[in-house]
Amino acid sequence: MAEHIPILRIGEHLLVSIQVDLHDQMALQLQDDLTAAIQRHSAHGVLIDISALEVVDSFIGRMISDISGMGRILGARTVVVGMRPAVAITLVELGLSLPGVETALTIERGMAQLRAEEP
Amino acid sequence: MDVVQAPLRSPNDIVLARQLVRRAAQEAGLSLVDQTKIVTAASELARNTVVYGLGGEMTVQLLQEETRKGVRLSFVDQGPGIADLELALTDGWTSGNGLGMGLSGARRLVNEFEIHSRVGEGTRVTITRWK
Repeated sequence: MAEHIPILRIGEHLLVSIQVDLHDQMALQLQDDLTAAIQRHSAHGVLIDISALEVVDSFIGRMISDISGMGRILGARTVVVGMRPAVAITLVELGLSLPGVETALTIERGMAQLRAEEP
Repeated sequence: MDVVQAPLRSPNDIVLARQLVRRAAQEAGLSLVDQTKIVTAASELARNTVVYGLGGEMTVQLLQEETRKGVRLSFVDQGPGIADLELALTDGWTSGNGLGMGLSGARRLVNEFEIHSRVGEGTRVTITRWK
């Protein structure tokens, strides 16, 4: 049985804060849970807080890209917030610059980014 | 020198491998960025061992020379092996459904990178990050 990462609803947006070292199955489970939640709540935006993640490898990087792309198709914008500088440096050197993934330094700024676009 | 071995059989072992490498990198005195780089490289190679090598093991070694410290990791499997190493080290090449950044990306994250593979016998990758 895969563990689930909690998805919180704040108005028209969803907030996911990843607080554990992600194993592959959890990352895939999050993808399923999040796309289902976007549809269930007709969410306009998704904030993914990765400030607790000490490592983002190509598997987790792809999961983040995929969630962002799936969200877009379902009509929700995804903003990834709180990436650690060491993780950003490593990701780029690894060859993953997460094209198409919107980012912000903090949850506040990410939320402001989402709200700025609201109709 | 300290040598630790860890099995790489399941996806959960990848998480344990990352934790083991993090502790070794801290012990070797690597900077936070360098710790992150070798832990990330280890995560890529450990996944290759589990997914493509059909399981194997990782060896973690703390290195202490006169003027420098470092961490050396080996990933060994008895899986199908890699027929064309040059191709496997190309950005974007993948035999499965990955991004194809694992092997080539891991090589960029470390100071030394060695790979030996024989079809039908297995693969050994050794990486080193110096302080």
